[in-house]
Amino acid sequence: MRIYVNGDQREIEPATLALALGALGYGGKKVATALNGRFVPAPARAATQLSDGDKIEVVAPMQGG
Amino acid sequence: MFYGVELSSRVLLGTARYPSPKLLVEAIKASGAEVVTVSLRREAGPESSGARGGQSFWSIIRSLGVRVLPNTAGCHSVKEAVTTAHIAREMFDTPWIKLEVIRDDETLQPDVFGLVEAARVLVEEGFEVFPYTTEDLAVADRLVEAGCRVLMPWGAPIGSARGLNNVYGLKALRAHFPDIPLVVDAGLGVPSHAAAAMELGYDAVLLNTAVAEAGDPVAMAKAFALAIEAGRMAFAAKPLEPRDMAVPSTPVLGKAALGD
Repeated sequence: MRIYVNGDQREIEPATLALALGALGYGGKKVATALNGRFVPAPARAATQLSDGDKIEVVAPMQGG
Repeated sequence: MFYGVELSSRVLLGTARYPSPKLLVEAIKASGAEVVTVSLRREAGPESSGARGGQSFWSIIRSLGVRVLPNTAGCHSVKEAVTTAHIAREMFDTPWIKLEVIRDDETLQPDVFGLVEAARVLVEEGFEVFPYTTEDLAVADRLVEAGCRVLMPWGAPIGSARGLNNVYGLKALRAHFPDIPLVVDAGLGVPSHAAAAMELGYDAVLLNTAVAEAGDPVAMAKAFALAIEAGRMAFAAKPLEPRDMAVPSTPVLGKAALGD
């Protein structure tokens, strides 16, 4: 199915958010996630089933003022 | 003292725009800052190099043992700012949030209406909000009413290096909120600007571009730290009020009569 990760279109097998993050190479990294504009806490990723067309944001700590 | 946390340094330092991670680290140390601001941005996938990535930045900040103040920079709506705060709370494991809701892209002027609304939502959810606001007294009052226990009025637009645009307004804010920690956030260019803010009785200043984009960020960080200390000391020493007429400092009484 087709999802969007940080604005880029990706094709993945149907999965939970937790599995998708691993498949996309974010496993083990310090990241936080939002799904369709809503924050998904890390403990909830495993129970969050993705659907076709979902928009995922994967963010990390960054320099800021 | 921010939300019950006692700090000895009155410098809060931003972590963006330094020429290198090494200079960032040295500037933080030279400034004496115990709080640094950080943000959240999209993490590149595994195919990208990690040099500018969030993972290495985070390990640098952690190694310094400073407290972090995550921001909601670039957020233009209440929803965006609130969601960013939720993410930041998990990412950085802190209830602190530097709340920015920006209205105008040229001046980065805060949308004070959105700011008050977002502050209300976040305070109710247990956040400790540091609102980036203007020096407007009525807005500040609304923010305090919403539960903010720190106010961060701008000196001038972010990154503009103009100093304190409205000294009168900042003074009025200080007088109106004697017990709320006040931080001048944004717009400072040189250490004398920071000293002036401290002489008004402000509790701290938040700097970034003035240090990061100086020719020598480390020396500038130190210069700001000294100015902030001097300004605070001057405030505590109760400065003289300006007056219109000259007042001779040398005693007039007892002057020898040497004229004709």
